[in-house]
Amino acid sequence: MKLLTLNFLTCARKSCKSSPAAFPLHPKDAELEQVETEMNAVFLRNILPRLEWEAMRSITTELGLPNLPAETPASEDLVEKDGNGDGDGKDDEAAAGPSQIARDLHALLMETCIASGKLVCGNCGHEYAVKEGIANFLLPSHMV
Amino acid sequence: MSRPEDNLPPDLFYNDVESRKYTTSSRIRNIQADMTHRALELLDLREPSFILDVGCGSGLSGEILSNVEPEEGGPHTWVGMDISSSMLAQALERDVEGDMLLADIGQGVPFRPGSFDAAISISAIQWLCNAETSDVSPESRLKRFFDSLYASLKRGGKAVCQFYPKNAQQRSMISNAAIKAGFGAGILEDDPETKSVKLPKSMKS
Ligand SMILES: C[S@@+](CC[C@H](N)C(=O)[O-])C[C@H]1O[C@@H](n2cnc3c(N)ncnc32)[C@H](O)[C@@H]1O
Repeated sequence: MKLLTLNFLTCARKSCKSSPAAFPLHPKDAELEQVETEMNAVFLRNILPRLEWEAMRSITTELGLPNLPAETPASEDLVEKDGNGDGDGKDDEAAAGPSQIARDLHALLMETCIASGKLVCGNCGHEYAVKEGIANFLLPSHMV
Repeated sequence: MSRPEDNLPPDLFYNDVESRKYTTSSRIRNIQADMTHRALELLDLREPSFILDVGCGSGLSGEILSNVEPEEGGPHTWVGMDISSSMLAQALERDVEGDMLLADIGQGVPFRPGSFDAAISISAIQWLCNAETSDVSPESRLKRFFDSLYASLKRGGKAVCQFYPKNAQQRSMISNAAIKAGFGAGILEDDPETKSVKLPKSMKS
């Protein structure tokens, strides 16, 4: 499961719905894996405003990944400031490739995956098991 | 013809053997691909989007979502939910790009509000008309599903669900639950001859 998805998942229990502690779910005993995928700059730009950056920061810290900056990157940070790479700030439009920030975000959101482990609700403590990248969200009927 | 929905719960019907048969049948693959393309046409997505695939099965639709050309607004990133671990195992075997949850959509969609640009569901939600246990009614499961689906879509997000209702009553049970959740459910019959393909296009504003 991509860290992207973890940034949107909440506890499935009805009683946790209104609790702020039910998001994000906290990874436990997580085994990470890096899965290479092609960069989709337009998708990144589309999803960026919907990310909960604070949650992203806490998830990466809990996983022992490098710290993220305090501020959400802005849309314009995703493209290279100076397309020709000579650092003079001209030719921005000409060859505006993805910036280092965009490449880092891609690696974090789209390529860093939880292969196995658990996702724990901060409100009710329920643990959702992850196996082969698939999280088990089936709830026993008394917990629905 | 007897309907699988009437005989077994979905996770038992889609066991290892059935899931493999389903996923490798070229007839089924073609039908599901056609319906996925039709759903994409109705969604009319203009840029690479974050999509929920409800009852994703072995990822036949997801594979198409991942391969939409940039000129056509893709490729999209998707998350699938399915109750059958055998279907999901088929998806893993086929190395699909989307993330998947083993989950019962009748228990709701566990994503925070405004997560997705769009949702699709191909040939799955009629299963909700059959309650698996005696302590929950199909109506309450449909309500739970549509309410949480609606909330999980961003403003203006759309859901397209293709399903096979057994009869007019199931059909209105499903569309009523969608409308109550806030969707503007329109049912579109692509194939009135056989009454097999019904596409309610639901819009959130
Ligand atoms: C006919 S298959 C369609 C699969 C896929 N959408 C496709 O087009 O190939 C129906 C799927 O719905 C799933 N399903 C049925 N009831 C479900 C439920 N309550 N929650 C999640 N998935 C369900 C089944 O496990 C099965 O994979």
